[in-house]
Amino acid sequence: MTDVTHDHASSTGISNVKLGMWAFLGSECLLFGGLISTYMLYRGRVTGGPRPSQIFDIPFTSVSSFILLMSSLTMVLAVSAAHKEDDRKINLWLTVTALLGATFVGGQVYEFTAFYKEGLGFSTSLFGSSFYTLTGFHGVHVTVGIIMLMSLVGILKRSKVPGKKAEVVEMIGLYWHFVDIVWIVIFTLVYLIPV
Amino acid sequence: MTTETAPSTHEKEHGMSDAGYIRIALILAAITALEVSTYYVDFGVLFLPALLIMMVVKFVMVVSYFMHLKFDNKVFSYLFYAGLALAVGVYIVFLSTFKFFLQ
Repeated sequence: MTDVTHDHASSTGISNVKLGMWAFLGSECLLFGGLISTYMLYRGRVTGGPRPSQIFDIPFTSVSSFILLMSSLTMVLAVSAAHKEDDRKINLWLTVTALLGATFVGGQVYEFTAFYKEGLGFSTSLFGSSFYTLTGFHGVHVTVGIIMLMSLVGILKRSKVPGKKAEVVEMIGLYWHFVDIVWIVIFTLVYLIPV
Repeated sequence: MTTETAPSTHEKEHGMSDAGYIRIALILAAITALEVSTYYVDFGVLFLPALLIMMVVKFVMVVSYFMHLKFDNKVFSYLFYAGLALAVGVYIVFLSTFKFFLQ
């Protein structure tokens, strides 16, 4: 019978799981780089429908950005609790992170609905297409993160975590922080810099 | 014998305490407030450089402290920043071919 081990450390002393996650995040930079560049190129191409300055609600998006930023704090506190093996705090901080993420996604759904009502559809202009594609992709990433967080809370409650608990929490944390840093770039380049 | 001020295993491995993370979050929140203020206050010629610098500072702070890249094995830093540098390089060339920077 094969001996199943949950230790992911390799002969190099580096965790293979962590190495894989960082390689994945490095490749994600290329994905979002392409989407951000395309938006930057097309943001001024408005043949019909509203222009960015006519529809962006900076106070609203600023609050959303702040919420996502604070979810990074709660996530890192969950990772810290995982290293201290404090299960109660891990569950608490993971749940708070998921709730903050859900608030952000809710805000994005509200924003998309408001923009659509103001006349900006997906195919209205190149600006609309590139804006919805970029922010939509980011929203999907946040949603996947929320699903992972809530799944982890469920798995932790059943004590069926595959591998080291702290490492699993840390990997989901890395993904969550990545989603946050992508938004840091989007918030500045898309919302704060005028066309 | 351990004392209350002795760093935990997590702090030894990652170099940060929970209070340290909260301090970083407060700095990030303050920078975000400054970023938003550029929308309402006229910064003149400093507007664009200031915004881009604040964006980079926030990015690096989250990656270094919240993602522990500052305290982790350098291989992870090379992997991530190589991907980031490749993305930035490729898309600067991409945008240049469309004369984006001449607009």
